[in-house]
Amino acid sequence: MTTTPHSLIRLSAAEMAAKLRAGEITSVELTQAHLDRITEVDGQINAFLHVSAEEALATAAEVDAIRAAGGEEAENLHPLAGVPIAIKDLIVTKGQPTTAGSKMLQGWMSPYDATVITKIRAARLPILGKTNLDEFAMGSSTEHSAYGPTRNPWDTSRIPGGSGGGSAAAVAAFEAPLALGTDTGGSIRQPGAVTGTVGTKPTYGSVSRYGAIAMASSLDQIGPVTRTVEDAALLHELIAGHDPKDSTSLNEPVPAFAQAAVDTDVAGLRIGVIKQLQGEGYQSGVLERFNESLQKLRQAGAEIVEVDCPSFDYALGAYYLIMPSEASSNLAKFDGVRYGTRVVPGDGPLTIERVMGATRAAGFGEEVKRRIILGTYALSAGYYDAYYGSAQKIRTLIQRDFDAAFEKADVLISPTAPTVAFPLGEKLDDPLAMYLNDVATIPANLAGVPGISVPGGLSEGLPVGIQFLAPIREDARIYRAGAALEKLLQEDAEPLWARIPDLEGAK
Amino acid sequence: MNQTLSEPAPLSFDEALERFEPVMGFEVHVELNTKTKMFSSAPNAFGDEPNTNVNEVDLGLPGTLPVVNKTAVEYAIKLGLALNCSIAETCRFARKQYFYPDTPKNWQTSQYDEPIAFDGYLDVELDDGEIFRVEIERAHMEEDAGKLTHAGGSGRIQGADYSLVDYNRAGVPLIEIVTKPITGAGERAPEIARAYVTAIRDIVKALGISDARMERGNVRCDANVSLMEKGAGKFGTRSETKNVNSLRAVEHAVHYEIRRHAGILAAGGSIVQETRHWKEDTRTTSSGRPKSDADDYRYFPEPDLLPIVTDQEWIERLRAELPEPPAERRRRLREAWGYSDKEFRDVLAAGLMDQIEETVASGASPAVARKWWMGEISRVANAREVEPAALGVEPATIVELNKLIEEGRINDKIARQVLEHHLDGEGAPSKIVADRGLEVVSDDGALTAAVEKAMAENPDVVEKVAAGKLKAIGALIGPVMKETRGQADAGKVREIVLNKLGIEG
Amino acid sequence: MSEISRADVEHLAKLAHIAMTEAELEKMAGELAVIVDSVKTVQGAAGDDVPATSHPLPLINVFREDVVGEVFTSEQSLSNAPDAEDGRFKVPAILDEE
Ligand SMILES: [Mg+2]
Ligand SMILES: [Zn+2]
Repeated sequence: MTTTPHSLIRLSAAEMAAKLRAGEITSVELTQAHLDRITEVDGQINAFLHVSAEEALATAAEVDAIRAAGGEEAENLHPLAGVPIAIKDLIVTKGQPTTAGSKMLQGWMSPYDATVITKIRAARLPILGKTNLDEFAMGSSTEHSAYGPTRNPWDTSRIPGGSGGGSAAAVAAFEAPLALGTDTGGSIRQPGAVTGTVGTKPTYGSVSRYGAIAMASSLDQIGPVTRTVEDAALLHELIAGHDPKDSTSLNEPVPAFAQAAVDTDVAGLRIGVIKQLQGEGYQSGVLERFNESLQKLRQAGAEIVEVDCPSFDYALGAYYLIMPSEASSNLAKFDGVRYGTRVVPGDGPLTIERVMGATRAAGFGEEVKRRIILGTYALSAGYYDAYYGSAQKIRTLIQRDFDAAFEKADVLISPTAPTVAFPLGEKLDDPLAMYLNDVATIPANLAGVPGISVPGGLSEGLPVGIQFLAPIREDARIYRAGAALEKLLQEDAEPLWARIPDLEGAK
Repeated sequence: MNQTLSEPAPLSFDEALERFEPVMGFEVHVELNTKTKMFSSAPNAFGDEPNTNVNEVDLGLPGTLPVVNKTAVEYAIKLGLALNCSIAETCRFARKQYFYPDTPKNWQTSQYDEPIAFDGYLDVELDDGEIFRVEIERAHMEEDAGKLTHAGGSGRIQGADYSLVDYNRAGVPLIEIVTKPITGAGERAPEIARAYVTAIRDIVKALGISDARMERGNVRCDANVSLMEKGAGKFGTRSETKNVNSLRAVEHAVHYEIRRHAGILAAGGSIVQETRHWKEDTRTTSSGRPKSDADDYRYFPEPDLLPIVTDQEWIERLRAELPEPPAERRRRLREAWGYSDKEFRDVLAAGLMDQIEETVASGASPAVARKWWMGEISRVANAREVEPAALGVEPATIVELNKLIEEGRINDKIARQVLEHHLDGEGAPSKIVADRGLEVVSDDGALTAAVEKAMAENPDVVEKVAAGKLKAIGALIGPVMKETRGQADAGKVREIVLNKLGIEG
Repeated sequence: MSEISRADVEHLAKLAHIAMTEAELEKMAGELAVIVDSVKTVQGAAGDDVPATSHPLPLINVFREDVVGEVFTSEQSLSNAPDAEDGRFKVPAILDEE
């Protein structure tokens, strides 16, 4: 065994899985290597809110025992069995705390597992722990966590994106090869873009939402966070599929995503450049990397066309009405009656109304309150049609724009985020500026289409993300296009994640 | 509550009706008897340990999602059809948002602008047989809330120190039936109110979609009342009396609210739009919560659920499963059985129509079925303090008992004993008769001997009979019965006596 | 601008059951006014003939059979309760009428 733990954690999940299958490494070694890495660097990153070393090692030991015993059970192990994974702390887990990044759920232990967790346990992936996020997934920087911000491994003075900054940073910093995120308006893809990792928002309904603490039910989707496109496809296949507990989950066979991620031929693939998702508001460095990617794809035989999606100009407005409306309702259940924090006001009569008011005042952070109040406003009597109703119509228009664009193109392309990672604190007092981070990722959520962010090089030494979008149910196309770009960009450069600054020095 | 104290006294009902025309409206909630909840697979069951008929969905835990119970939807469609409603081609669930500790998610999943059934009617039969048509606005699906117990203080909500919540009932499927404003009821308004709720109860029971026990809250009624100045044609402000949960209470609540409104209006006051609480002890209502702008439920389509789309085939399949409407069935049975109005009313009041129908279907005559159910079975039930239907007497048992009587093998008195033994678990009537040797003594030897003995011991009676006073035979039957331990057939005794004396019977 | 007043926020906070201080109400009113001003571009962007979309996929009729599944024990139900008594969740007095 010549592979040192240090190089072990820099492999892709697919490579780790191959080594496990070949008996070159054990899952306990692999899991321990990641736990060591967490111990080593997470003080600087704060990607993890909870580390479950014991449970992870127990699962790893089980996998190793099954492999050692051989036979049918060993053969039937999932291809990713033994490869550790980190879970965004919005997804509920039995036996490990789930906080949603909020004081409201401090100490809460879910008595049930999310459906994706059930699948991950069945496939025997050691769960390393729960990752940091903006409170209830509301934010684009992970600064709105009640447990302190996560830092970007590329530059620890900068944000890792959000809301899934913890999962993205953990994967970028080699603390985990795989992670789960949730994407309501870009919370998987935008952190992927600014940390130089891969993130997929699957087709709405592709992955069960059961056990993902809801922000905006009609937009939320769980998806993979990885360092390679193939890994994302592998993890997506594992977590996808119909769930009778989620009425909105697709009752269809899961397509072969991983196969698509190795079929990297883009000759003849029509790639549509979305006119509305470039230009003003996008940093020039981001646009340079974006145009380089287009050039590479064109050279590889892809047909680059421009598509016009005029309604995308209203996407941000529609999103910031629909999302807070649904969120204001989804978060009503946090009232200190059945679970979670209960705050008793210090003075005045002790009534349930006052306890609920005090609990929600103390349990929720500022951004959460802002969205609850905004959503309450948008749904309130006399305003529904003007706000929520109008926004739902925009949704129809955006779907129509996508339909028209996919007549002309097989996949669409845009920068994932308008900027590279910005310094911590920069946009904290300007909610509107913070919301603009999601401008390119939001349309996919409103229409339910799948999207992926793949690393597209560096600008000012910081990662830039390239987003591919495909029609509903055609997630395989984003893996094919994404893997193709990944391969093309690695023809004359190391993978982006291999160029990440060494964190040990900064210890 | 001060407001109630300062309110003018209610007018008498007659005075009220002289000046005003009542307008009523009802919201009736029916709890369905599905096996599971509306949106979760936890059991829908009454009376279990608190918080044990729940899972993560019913407790509104973070991350949970609802899935619609198909049976509940089909029950709603059936009820819609039974209420002569149109069934929506497309309908949806919506969230009705308000904070209350018995509501686990702080919203109730209900239907708002797209109910599953709408625009129907129900023909309600009044006591004198008159039919009054009540127009139905809509019937929609929703979920029930948990149960609050107020502790400390008086045990009522006001003054309680704290409350305890049991979520077993949370998520139980409900159908809410909303009427259009009911006008033209006049002085019969209270009677119509009771008849309407009775009719709803009978329908859901006949459909088999609810246990329909009002005392358990399976059927709950909110009664809206307002008054119009006679001839004015403009609706007045209404009050909404909540949870009037017995048929009699519905009638009384409407009666009282008409008088109360009239008292206020006659004194030049105006009605406050508010909810009222029914007080059974005083048969009055008390002021609840006034409608305020805090009642902004912020309805929006439930994003975790998908639309329900019906088609003709589905609806027709369900329509084919509908039972005969209760009112039509009553009319049909009354005619078929030939009971008098009083007899039939008594049967209805005793709740024994189903039993009698089954007994007749098993071969008994309507008269025999009624004799048993309204007579001996009701008497035993009364003595044992249960409902007659709850005794579990099978129609076949009654048919068998009657056959034994008709064949002269037992008499009525023995038959009553056989029934008691049957209810005590001794088996079928003929088995009991055999086991206990209860068969009427009709072999001529033993019976003739007993009769001869009785005649010998009562020469004065024999003399009277011989003189043509046939009624005197009764005095011989007693001793014969005593001799035969009650197993003699009275008719047979009479026959033998007459025979011996050479008299034509 | 400033379409949302402090009083509006106070009403909304009451609906949402979030206790807020004067300072919070003021600050929230200012922030909300800016946000609402920005998002209200959606008004009138779509014609009357455009239907609303509330769900990204046009799925219908997803049902569950009426079969009893797993249920919690009393201990499981109350495992996270801030307060409980006699197998029930315990809450402070309710002022509001039923
Ligand atoms: Mg109602
Ligand atoms: Zn209702």
